[in-house]
Amino acid sequence: MSAVTAGARDGWLRVAAPVAVGVLGLLLWILVVDVLEAAPRMLPSPTAIAEELVLRSGIIAEDMAVTATNALLGLGVGAVAALVLAGLAVASRPVDGMLAPIVAAIAVVPIVAVTPILNTMFGASSQFGRVAVAALAAFVPIFVNVLRGLRQTRPVHRDLLRASAATGWQRFRVLTLPTALPYLTTGLRIAGSLAVISALVAEYFGGPADGIGTAIATYAKSGRASLAWAYVAGGIAIGLLFFLVTALLERLATRRSPQ
Amino acid sequence: MEHGRADAVHAVEASGVGKVFAGRAGEVVALTDVDLTVRAGEFVSLIGPSGCGKSTLLRLIADLDGASSGALTVFGKPAHQARLDQDYGIAFQQAGLLPWRTVAENIALPLELHRVGREQRRARVAELAELVHLGDFVDRHPDQLSGGMQQRVAIARALAASPKLLLMDEPFGALDEMTREYLQSELTRIAAETGAAVVFVTHSIPEAVFLSDRVVVMSPRPGRITDIVEMPFAGERDEALRESPAYFERVTAVREALHGAPVERANER
Repeated sequence: MSAVTAGARDGWLRVAAPVAVGVLGLLLWILVVDVLEAAPRMLPSPTAIAEELVLRSGIIAEDMAVTATNALLGLGVGAVAALVLAGLAVASRPVDGMLAPIVAAIAVVPIVAVTPILNTMFGASSQFGRVAVAALAAFVPIFVNVLRGLRQTRPVHRDLLRASAATGWQRFRVLTLPTALPYLTTGLRIAGSLAVISALVAEYFGGPADGIGTAIATYAKSGRASLAWAYVAGGIAIGLLFFLVTALLERLATRRSPQ
Repeated sequence: MEHGRADAVHAVEASGVGKVFAGRAGEVVALTDVDLTVRAGEFVSLIGPSGCGKSTLLRLIADLDGASSGALTVFGKPAHQARLDQDYGIAFQQAGLLPWRTVAENIALPLELHRVGREQRRARVAELAELVHLGDFVDRHPDQLSGGMQQRVAIARALAASPKLLLMDEPFGALDEMTREYLQSELTRIAAETGAAVVFVTHSIPEAVFLSDRVVVMSPRPGRITDIVEMPFAGERDEALRESPAYFERVTAVREALHGAPVERANER
């Protein structure tokens, strides 16, 4: 009985504690900005931000769609490239040897550093540079995780499929790929946040005049702090959405993992 | 059709079979000069201390590893061909079920790999699930089953393609004693119902004596067969047998055959 009530109280606390912190923070924020009027110029009151968010929801949503689409395309392209290349690396040792230094190179290059070059390369009117940056950022964690996952098959399962005279393709489809699935979704979860950040930051370095990042930069420079912060909220919403969806996928995939 | 011939052909025939593994510290002789015949429908256990090559011999029969020397045939064919033709089913110490598949999908795996039609597969799975008394559990996943139930699924899977030879590598080794005795009785019944020959690797003398028509005693360094003990219990393998003097007499016979081998005690690991 007491264990049950303790469990229920823990569950309630897990929700209530962060909510309480949030409310406290908000109150403190209002106190500093509106009551004491001690805030710097670029930190407006949360009510002002919320006002802008409601008032401009239409154009904020449009820019969110642009940035989210870039991030999603980048994530998709990066994931497909990572899957194909990891599959090749597992199938053939020479390919593995050739890919290893390339992936290491991509992993250590700060992706954002090449963004201005990519943006200029593909022109000011094209989203391609932004998608490419997101794809590059997403590629590495997915590739590393999938490559690892494809090597996790257990000896007893390999013996079983050999005893069942399975072909190489059957072994990949029935055993290797399902074994790697939880690793793929872990890679996707990490890459999802990276893709959003990269797509957004890429907008600071030129390209078409749309997207969350472009808007934040513009309004911050022109001193419209509340609107800039409303766009930041939009960016947070995109990041949160990507994280929740990929985390859910990961949960589904690890439900029946081998270990 | 070729029933008469199939009965005449031995399930397993090994002559002068040896296996050498290339290790870092040179070659290791895992098995040397094994001569063994398993008749169709016969239950043969391989017993011996660790390192005696009993699992290696089973893996050679299954063509999971290749023999280094000698001749090995399964139903008159080279082991490799017998594997491709699905002439045997196999079960390991770990059940080795695929955790993302249901019980039914696990049992059906060998049939699926050999492109048996969906309807036929469904009928066969229902039949096998009944055979191992798991009819109510076909929609469960392996992590919802006990160890003993998982092992029964593995046995059903091994029997899926109706093989005439069943290879088992310590399938009950990781189970508790009660479950173990229950599954031994079940295996006796299943072997009788399917008429399949069984090659059964075990550490346990009572298990080997209870199940087998013949117990093959092996010894290590190098792995080889040192003795073959006949069991006269055909058709009377029930709980009463476990208490009978004849049974204890055979247990003693196997134990002495094992200890006659100049190395450490059996059942030690």
